[in-house]
Amino acid sequence: MTIAAIAWNTFREAVRDRILYSILAFALLLIGASVVVAGLSIGQESRIVKDLGLASTTLFGTFIAIFLGITLVSKEIERRTIYLIIPKPVSRPGFLIGKYCGLVLTLTVTVGVMGVMVFLLAALVDGVVTPALLIAIGVDFVALMIVTAVALLFSTFSTPTLSAIFTVAIFVIGRLSGDLTVFADQFADQALNRAIWVTYLALPDLGRFQFGSRVVQGLPLAPADIGTTAAYGLAYTCFLLLLAIAIFQRRDFK
Amino acid sequence: MEPIIEIRGLCKDFRVGFWRKRVRVLHPLDLAVQSGEIFGYLGPNGAGKTTTLKLLTGLILPTAGSAKLLGHDLTEVVAKRQIGFLPEHPYFYDYLTGREFLDLCGRLFGLRAPLRRDRIARLLRLTELQTAADQQLRKYSKGMLQRLGLAQALINDPRLVILDEPMSGLDPLGRKAMRDIILQLKAEGRTVFFSSHILPDVEVLCDRVAILAAGRLRDVGRLADILKTPTEDIELMLQRVPDGLLTSLQALAHAPLLHQPDGVLVRLPDEARLDEALRAALAAGARVVSVVPQRQTLEDHFVREVQGATR
Repeated sequence: MTIAAIAWNTFREAVRDRILYSILAFALLLIGASVVVAGLSIGQESRIVKDLGLASTTLFGTFIAIFLGITLVSKEIERRTIYLIIPKPVSRPGFLIGKYCGLVLTLTVTVGVMGVMVFLLAALVDGVVTPALLIAIGVDFVALMIVTAVALLFSTFSTPTLSAIFTVAIFVIGRLSGDLTVFADQFADQALNRAIWVTYLALPDLGRFQFGSRVVQGLPLAPADIGTTAAYGLAYTCFLLLLAIAIFQRRDFK
Repeated sequence: MEPIIEIRGLCKDFRVGFWRKRVRVLHPLDLAVQSGEIFGYLGPNGAGKTTTLKLLTGLILPTAGSAKLLGHDLTEVVAKRQIGFLPEHPYFYDYLTGREFLDLCGRLFGLRAPLRRDRIARLLRLTELQTAADQQLRKYSKGMLQRLGLAQALINDPRLVILDEPMSGLDPLGRKAMRDIILQLKAEGRTVFFSSHILPDVEVLCDRVAILAAGRLRDVGRLADILKTPTEDIELMLQRVPDGLLTSLQALAHAPLLHQPDGVLVRLPDEARLDEALRAALAAGARVVSVVPQRQTLEDHFVREVQGATR
């Protein structure tokens, strides 16, 4: 119940912030504009609507995850609202998980709204529905859960500015980290090869969550591939949350 | 009977500066608070009062030592179920209304919805916030926020209420209201442990006090015992004092005689000198207006203890 109460309060804080609505409105505008842009192309309308729609969903979802995630804990400490929460029967891990769940709930609503709009616009332009679009958005949502956990992790010990820099850096590296496996194969030296692989495993592989391009090209999605990617995302999220809890458990709120 | 708060060797170091130098802000502290008492935790700014309260409420972690709250180790979450805490300057989620905030606090204690509704209504009445209950907290005044802070500290019907400087920043009416609430809490059988440096309030409210200075416990006990030192001064007021008597009174007094509109004030160091002065005055035909022993106040004791600690 305590985790649910904290999660609900975090969600309520986000939805009472006008900035969230501005971001969402801008995202919906951009997704809507994809229809206009698609009208300028010849025979590529469907592809452009899906491409732009999915890209907008990822971009604004990531922006919301980072923007809200970096202040998730630091704001509670800075504004001292945590002084009224921790003395209650709330464990520190419970508090952190509650904050995380609250932000994930916010993302579910915002990404959900964007996703439904992309899906409807694609159906309108195509004349047929593409359920795979929703799967692609769902898998991408798991990547957003990782980004949120990264932001939360930095938020437990760093300032919002530094947290933003670190999280953006991890996001960019994460999108490219899949290349490390190819890079590792270039070296015959076992130690170096292993070191590159360890680096790859330590960093989140966010590139593997990009199912959108396959959907846009009309290629089928393998259920096993979806399952392993989602499982990887959830496992990595758990790892980040455990790390954040370990740091948060040792913090003094002076 | 087991104390409601039992602190054993609790101490806290903070690391400060670039080189992370270790500074001890609370030296090993042993203290016990009994059930049903109002316990005052006194000390000047920076004495370590808030540090102790933050340790007890889990906001900071002890460097060494332990404490039990209602028989549970302070690291156990269950220990917090029957504790209410009001921090010195409570900060709130300003996007919530007063009612929503109290509801959130009730949820954190796992209270069911009907019980939460009842408690919230009762606490809003107690703190006179009914009319502002559905306003966002960003529109509350400082006094209203302090009262809401008290309401959230009582939402779980706690056996132990910990208040950090509850009178701080309140106007005289607010202080009076806070004193009344604290006395009411005691009448309901709760234990109140509060820090303060507003000594007149402490003197009126507390059964026992502890004095902390420079992170060390200086004194602890019942107010009557702490202040039960021999009288410091006896003031004798006389009228119709002949000139010849003035010289002998001055010889007995330990301070210059004071000529006041009501007569002559003689300040004597002890009862033996008082007897001598009274005999001399009556023999000389002076009239005795009053004899007032000047007892030590909590403030005198506090100043002496704190100055002793800083020397």
